[in-house]
Amino acid sequence: MSDNGSGGDSEKPKRESNQKKLNMNDITGVGTSWTRALLVPALALLTALIVGAFIIAVSDLDLLALWTSNPGQALADTWGKISGAYSAMFRGAFGDLQGWSETLTLAAPLILAGLSVAVGFKAGLFNIGAEGQMVIGGLTAVVIGFSLDVPGIIHVPLAVLGGFIGGFVWGAIPGLLRAKTGAHEVITTIMLNFVALNLLTYLLKSSAIQQPGRDDARSKLIQETARLPRLLSFMDDPRLRVHLGILIALAAAGVVYWMLFKTTLGFEIRAVGANPDASRYAGMNVLWLYVAAMGLAGGLAGLAGVNPTLGLQYRATPGFSAAIGFDAIALALLGRSHPLGVVFAGILFGALRSGGQEMQAATGISIDLVLVVGALIVIFIAAPALIRSIYRVKTDDVSVSITKGIA
Amino acid sequence: MELELRGITKRFPGVIANEDVNLTVRSGEILGLLGENGAGKSTLMNIMYGLYSATEGEILVDGEIRAFEGPSDAIAAGIGMVHQHFMLVPVMTVAENVVLGVEPLKQKRTPWVFYGLVVATLGVLFTMLFNLFGVQEGIEGGIVALLGGFAGLVWYLHRDALDIAESRREVQEISAKYGLAVDPDALIEDLPVGLQQRVEIIKVLFREAEIIIFDEPTSVLTPQEVEEFFGIMRSLQDAGKGVVFITHKLNEINEVCDRITVLRRGKIVGETTPEESTEQGLAEMMVGRPVDLQVHKTEADPGDVVLEVQHLTVDDDRGHTVVRDVSFTVRSGEIVGVAGIQGNGQTELVEAITGLRPGISGTTVLNGEDISDGTPRHVHDAGVAHIPEDRQRMGLVLPFTVTENVILNTYHLEPFSNGTVVDWPASRAVARELIEQYDVRTPSSEVPASTLSGGNQQKVIVAREFSRAAPLVVASQPTRGIDVGSIEYIHERIVEQRDNGAAILIVSTELDEIMALSDRILVMYEGRIVAETTPGKTTTTDLGLYMAGATV
Repeated sequence: MSDNGSGGDSEKPKRESNQKKLNMNDITGVGTSWTRALLVPALALLTALIVGAFIIAVSDLDLLALWTSNPGQALADTWGKISGAYSAMFRGAFGDLQGWSETLTLAAPLILAGLSVAVGFKAGLFNIGAEGQMVIGGLTAVVIGFSLDVPGIIHVPLAVLGGFIGGFVWGAIPGLLRAKTGAHEVITTIMLNFVALNLLTYLLKSSAIQQPGRDDARSKLIQETARLPRLLSFMDDPRLRVHLGILIALAAAGVVYWMLFKTTLGFEIRAVGANPDASRYAGMNVLWLYVAAMGLAGGLAGLAGVNPTLGLQYRATPGFSAAIGFDAIALALLGRSHPLGVVFAGILFGALRSGGQEMQAATGISIDLVLVVGALIVIFIAAPALIRSIYRVKTDDVSVSITKGIA
Repeated sequence: MELELRGITKRFPGVIANEDVNLTVRSGEILGLLGENGAGKSTLMNIMYGLYSATEGEILVDGEIRAFEGPSDAIAAGIGMVHQHFMLVPVMTVAENVVLGVEPLKQKRTPWVFYGLVVATLGVLFTMLFNLFGVQEGIEGGIVALLGGFAGLVWYLHRDALDIAESRREVQEISAKYGLAVDPDALIEDLPVGLQQRVEIIKVLFREAEIIIFDEPTSVLTPQEVEEFFGIMRSLQDAGKGVVFITHKLNEINEVCDRITVLRRGKIVGETTPEESTEQGLAEMMVGRPVDLQVHKTEADPGDVVLEVQHLTVDDDRGHTVVRDVSFTVRSGEIVGVAGIQGNGQTELVEAITGLRPGISGTTVLNGEDISDGTPRHVHDAGVAHIPEDRQRMGLVLPFTVTENVILNTYHLEPFSNGTVVDWPASRAVARELIEQYDVRTPSSEVPASTLSGGNQQKVIVAREFSRAAPLVVASQPTRGIDVGSIEYIHERIVEQRDNGAAILIVSTELDEIMALSDRILVMYEGRIVAETTPGKTTTTDLGLYMAGATV
């Protein structure tokens, strides 16, 4: 694509759009206008739901058999099954207060981890390590949660801050490695995920952290003062689990937005992400910015790790991160690396999860379908050319590159 | 052979790149296609070469309508293209590059032998698997059979190998026929650009092209190489080939072409011959208004030394020393031009002065302050404005808006920010002011820089760098690849900076630019300054010789 062209001394032959080179920014959404940025994710979601419907239709053998004997009935039944599944999903996610509560509960860590990956993208870094940063952040928060004995008004902020710092440190390591040795962050963050996950299992069995009297890997319970307060506790319904985490997530999204678009640090991060050479020319310290961006990304993932530990389980267990750090990559892509986009994508993924539970209960379709739909969204987002060719969406890249020459 | 474009229109979303273009090229003539960057020359040629399909209109070969699905159709029809950026594999030899894709083979392919061997090999593999999973006997036999199969495959592939002797012979034949002397066994990476271009031409001739399109072929050549290239074009013409010569350089087109077609904003605005036209007339036709080809400036009045470079030695990324013991000064109120062929250390020299690349030894002193070890920011804040060589890679962040690009290296200073928070309203105000002041053609300050034309992108950089009134301006290729109107404008601004007392260092590979702008000229060759002169005391021919390493 011409944006990466060298010199621009003339109009170079541009291939027609279907032969275009894969452009990372095209996938992560860095540097696109928001109207255009919305189009592909929306179409990707739609396409994923349609494919999901197809999977529902063909995965029922009785229904398939019906097509040969009674196609009309089969059509009606298929439609009924698909609409039943999707309406159950929607009901479960947004149908009542409990649905909303569950959606937001599940969305909170997704949003935070998604912001983590998005900040990385903005700086031109591929943070695959949100999972590990979550683990370290969550574990740090839990340790502060059970070891300190202070009032809740101090304890909660301290534990949350601990989560941020834990993630920050874990995230800054690959940043430092990148800056000092040039080791690629994709490799180091993936490897640090394994280190973090296994370190967690190991530490959970150490005497300082393990719950006394237990053999399995689980930490001590945190103090009640360190628990993230439930937002709907006044309604006295234990099923309404939504807690302070969602507010932390929304606040973090706001802060990330402000940081990226209003501060000099954000300006530098975006510049480095879009063109490291020009950033160096402009006097920015590119290597330090890699460390800073990775640290921030790690901190945000650490906050994501705070959610299940301080908000739901009140302890750390081996699987508390629940692969949210990996879903976060999908989420950041869906949200086009924009904080607001990530918030919506996080709520969407949260809704798919909480709605999926209802769908499974009501229609017997496995909740795994939700994972399939999530994965399909990512595929369609990661292959924007595919979506564009399905829906014949014209890219404006060609006109951009041509107008560039025309003056 | 006759190639005709009839009523060609090419539309891109929102833009008409070519409109109703009629063009004919015949064997044995050189057609010059003149136009500014962005006039639609390359689009037109890409249609001719099958890279684009025309929205409307027809391509006729010898009066017959042809549809080109891709370059292979165009090549089959006898059309060849030498791109501005060569499509050569640097680690391969000349002969290998020439035959790449259409290699002469030692023997015709005999697929059944190949398939037979594959089947046999697969059979052996299956036998081995069976042996592994059940039957115990015969595993050694399996291995032997596999080795046999492999040997057979190697033998087959060897039989089918590239006939390098034949390739070399054909390259030599073409070289001799058209006067394109080049060693068929030389590696491309060892050849100078002019010879690489010859390889491209041989490639096209090897594919039996009758009409050859040259896209801005002279932009990478030294003046001497340009002369040789003209000779090659004439010999192609004598051999009965049709040549399309695309350029935006007026003097070249008059020297070598039989007919001239001028393109402006996608349309043909004039057809003429060298006899009937003048450079001034062609320039006006190309730009659409009267233009001034001269840079008007008064005699320089140099003041104090602003930049003093002493014994500077610099390595490139691969650790090769590319700037060797360079010393010079630039005074306030003078323009010093550094001439040289691309790749003779100018890039690294500029990077060393501006803090982007550490020097190995030597010092750079700006107004008495040693900035040898300064970071880019330190150098910038000390008062060096830098127009980088590659505006899209280094000068701009293309997805950023014009405003963001205007504050790209001053965002940390008042009034654009308080150091932490960017003051966008103030930044936008300054950007709008500079857009106005520097005549940047853009719909607003909030569109991405990528949507601007090359000339306007360059004006954004010039505006950003000149608005600071820095004591030293370092400008690398300040007008490369931009339209005549913008060149004129940027040259005026550079002279204006000089007259305001700035010291100016211009690095350019365009000799005309060096001659027009400079008060003093330094010529760089292989990392050294090999000549120092003034425009009044030298000619482009002499400069060209210095640039090629000759001592005059």
